[in-house]
Amino acid sequence: MAFAGRRDVPEPPDFGILKRLARDQLIYLLEQLPGKKDLFIEADLMSPLDRIANVSILKQHEVDKLYKVESRPVISASDQFCFLVRPRIKTMRYIADIVNADKMSGRSRKYKIIFSPQKFYACEMVLEEEGVFGDVTCDEWSFYLLPLDEDIISMELPEFFRDYFLEGDHRWINSVARALQLLNSLYGPFGKAYGIGRCAKMSYELWRDLEEESEADGQGRKPEIGNVFLMDRVALVADTDYVTALCSQVVYEGLVDDTFRIKCGSVDFGPDVTSSDKSIKVLLNAQDKVFSQIRNEHFSSVFGFLSQKSRNLQAQYDRRRGMDIKQMKNFVSQELKGLKQEHRLLSLHIGACESIMKKKTKQDFQEMIKAEHSLLEGFDIRESTSFIEEHIDRQVSPIESLRLMCLLSITENGLIPKDYRSLKTQYLQSYGPEHLLTFHNLKRIGLLTEQSAGETLTAVESKVSKLVTDRAAGKITDAFNSLARKSNFRAISKKLGLIPRVDGEYDLKMPRDMAYVFSGAYVPLSCKIIEQVLERRGWLGLEEVVRLLNGNEFSTAPWRTTPPGIPSASSLPSSWGAAPSQKLPLFGFWGRREGASSSS
Amino acid sequence: MSRARADEEEYWHSSKFRAFTFDDEDDELSQLKESKRAVNSLRDIVDDDDDDDLERVSWSGEPVGSISWSIKETASSSTSSLEGRDSSLQKGSSSYAAFPKQVSSYSLSSLFKGRNKLPSFQSLSDALSDTGVKNYTPELRRPKAEYKDYSSDWSPKDTVRRMQRGKVCSLERFRSLQDKLVLLDEAVAGHDGNVITAVLIFLKRTLRREILFRELEVRQVALCHLIHFLKESGEQKFLLDLLRFLDRTEEVALSQYREHLSIQDVEKRREFLKGCIGLPFSAEDTSHIQDHYTLLERQIIIEANDRHLETAGQSEIFRKYPRKASILNMPLVTTLFYSCFYHYTEAEGTFSSPTNLKKTFKIPDKQYVLTALAARAKLRAWDDVDALFTTKNWLGYTKKKAPIGFHRVVEILQRNNAPVQVLQEYVRLVEDVETRLNLATKYKCHDVVIETYRDLKDRIQLTAYKCKVERGSAEEDKINSILNNMQIRWKN
Repeated sequence: MAFAGRRDVPEPPDFGILKRLARDQLIYLLEQLPGKKDLFIEADLMSPLDRIANVSILKQHEVDKLYKVESRPVISASDQFCFLVRPRIKTMRYIADIVNADKMSGRSRKYKIIFSPQKFYACEMVLEEEGVFGDVTCDEWSFYLLPLDEDIISMELPEFFRDYFLEGDHRWINSVARALQLLNSLYGPFGKAYGIGRCAKMSYELWRDLEEESEADGQGRKPEIGNVFLMDRVALVADTDYVTALCSQVVYEGLVDDTFRIKCGSVDFGPDVTSSDKSIKVLLNAQDKVFSQIRNEHFSSVFGFLSQKSRNLQAQYDRRRGMDIKQMKNFVSQELKGLKQEHRLLSLHIGACESIMKKKTKQDFQEMIKAEHSLLEGFDIRESTSFIEEHIDRQVSPIESLRLMCLLSITENGLIPKDYRSLKTQYLQSYGPEHLLTFHNLKRIGLLTEQSAGETLTAVESKVSKLVTDRAAGKITDAFNSLARKSNFRAISKKLGLIPRVDGEYDLKMPRDMAYVFSGAYVPLSCKIIEQVLERRGWLGLEEVVRLLNGNEFSTAPWRTTPPGIPSASSLPSSWGAAPSQKLPLFGFWGRREGASSSS
Repeated sequence: MSRARADEEEYWHSSKFRAFTFDDEDDELSQLKESKRAVNSLRDIVDDDDDDDLERVSWSGEPVGSISWSIKETASSSTSSLEGRDSSLQKGSSSYAAFPKQVSSYSLSSLFKGRNKLPSFQSLSDALSDTGVKNYTPELRRPKAEYKDYSSDWSPKDTVRRMQRGKVCSLERFRSLQDKLVLLDEAVAGHDGNVITAVLIFLKRTLRREILFRELEVRQVALCHLIHFLKESGEQKFLLDLLRFLDRTEEVALSQYREHLSIQDVEKRREFLKGCIGLPFSAEDTSHIQDHYTLLERQIIIEANDRHLETAGQSEIFRKYPRKASILNMPLVTTLFYSCFYHYTEAEGTFSSPTNLKKTFKIPDKQYVLTALAARAKLRAWDDVDALFTTKNWLGYTKKKAPIGFHRVVEILQRNNAPVQVLQEYVRLVEDVETRLNLATKYKCHDVVIETYRDLKDRIQLTAYKCKVERGSAEEDKINSILNNMQIRWKN
């Protein structure tokens, strides 16, 4: 989820409450198991946990040793084990094994499982099957939303995408609904809600359902969140904006993410960046004065900025020459600390830039961007295809190769069968035959497909339809449509003007639209839709676009608490799972422009 | 009459005014909810002996559980007379006002609007077996003993709602197939996958496979949940049965093939892959599986051989460049690289020779050349690199040819620190003049730069380049002699 609002728009609500709430609840849960205990933490909960608590808080509540949940035997003398985990069957078996091993050796311990953000019935079933139900106590840590920055909150649910879009499992919809409930109860009722996509609609409905019981609570409060925007992350094929996620990031923050992986808003800079022998964990947010000024800038303008900054810094330091004692004292006590801090940050980000450059030149970044842009515009497809081929043959990067292939597939509405077969074969030869399964999954989800599979599908469809009644048949047709998932990329981008027609150079320093994040080649669909809908205060006039996106749009004013005419305090677009970082600057850009227009 | 008493009177009077109506829907609902809550809490207090005559009287007034009643009920449900239902419903509603305890755990609203409220109820199987009344008033004829279990006495919808809120709810009372399916459809309509899976686990436990499969075939959302659950919990056999039932043969094959990933022992893995070849993959994938098997088979042979060679210490290449990792389970291209690195000169007959690999797996020229080039360049075997691109025509002339752009060749050579003499030979072959000039300038291949400017007849650039080369060097002489050559017609 990302919250949009910058400079001209009102201050975002205090999302810090979310952190405090999560921390307090965690402490409460830990206290439920009084006395010294060992804490086992699931690997992918570590980064989020880091953002809200630290070791000393855990120690204060009698956590003795910390372990990672992994398939290794546990050696510990503690009498109490506490597991902080995601609700996964595999993890349940791991815990059950520990409990059963203890039972066999006659050890008695207390066990507590804390599920984040919620527990699943399937997990309890496994505990029951393994014969440890009752030996362990279960609790839920309702940690639904993590504020990543002053204006960005995230659910940090990377599984969401796979579970919903690949497997068709609706298990996280409840979590989304509860996250909405949480926001609603903390920040007052939402002014207006918009959404598109099946998943968004279901989440909204479930949330309304959950809300029914506690309706009275939020009444009469001044809304701190004006508009809520729910959107399936897949808006292009089926329901999401895949293209945005598939294009190379060229904004500083995006490149940092590409190179170093930003996890929960913080990043590990290795020795090559810090120019020392250890790595440093750095929190990347609005507090970082250097980062906050360059995060949304196109990479090409970052160098200039950084060198300007360093010159200024140099000048500041230089002032010290020719100072008398008193001035010097003043300087040391008042400015030096700030300068040192700035110096540290500057050297880190310069180091990061160097690393990024090194990595990108190795990967033929320029050529790759060129290929991407041709794909987006639909020119020189053959050339781009052979670029992808060579990329695969040279084993440059399995992920990048797939990314390019998916982009080709979406923009061209599937690969032509000959290309599909040859690229697939070469991919399997380069990166391993087991990726056969990867290809199958990508095909199912509609990300990487072969052209003209339509006929066979229709045959299967009619066969299945014969088995069921009319109404169910309609549903099946829906299902098949989403299977076939015609990518309407060209039609949509034409309709919404996603590929800017540029006469001459695109001025990256003074961007005129959101396309600047992709060097002017593509306006991210999700952001365009939000802009359009908010401008129109609804979906009216966007019927064609909605149809191309497979519908399921909605817009409601649940409590009608915002009188029309009063600009809503702020808007909250949301997409599922961990937000891809290249999207983030857009919300900022859009927030700035929106803010400017609504204040006029 | 005391004051309190009067208040109470008034209360009862006023409450009578708010009689049960069908017009005001909100009112109806809130009242119903309230009374239901009251009823459910009452059950804790009221002993079942007391409510004998209240509870077990059917709409028509006969005691529930009596033989005559159950026979009549069966009859009416099989004939399913509409008028009968309507009249009994009216009776029911009027008696409801008088005896609030008779409200069933199915909320009344679902009684009246059953069809509308259960949108996903309309599948073929339901339509065939559903005879109307029966579905909506089942607990009226339930035997006495079951009433003790009031905590779980919720309607399917309420059960689902409770479960969505994380409350424990026993599903055991949903025993008829209809009840189970209504419950499942409610769960799907509720959008909460966690609850859908919970219901499916219950159904899986209490229904025969074929029946469960048949019902899921027309319930795609639920089906996805079951498949995902089976994958996650590793119930492979059940999963395969389901996929076979659904005729999803390709998924059966892929799902079985996936198992190889968890087999650590290479010999076992090889055996397993051999078994996968016959699975119903698409024609294209069958050949990939075949290749996977053949590759692992080769790797096992190569690995055994090379490990022996390495430990014996006889082979120079292994002594000079000890292997960093085993070749087992590596991709084909990595294997090819390995074989180009350690076994380049071997005859085609051996399994480890590059040519053998190329032939067996039909590796395209482009792929082969790229890999061989990288391997030989790494060993700085420049003669091999040279041979890789040299072709002879029938007259015996040699010519350099490459299935990839020569700029790519240059890049790979450069990355392996090839000397300028080697490098410039390939820079010279780059077709595009601009790229050639760029590369030549970047890698200081002076001869190529000079010759290119000469061919371009660009005197200005050539003169400018003079300052880039060392003073008094052969290159400077060359530039000078070209500039002094009167036969060249400079364009500037």
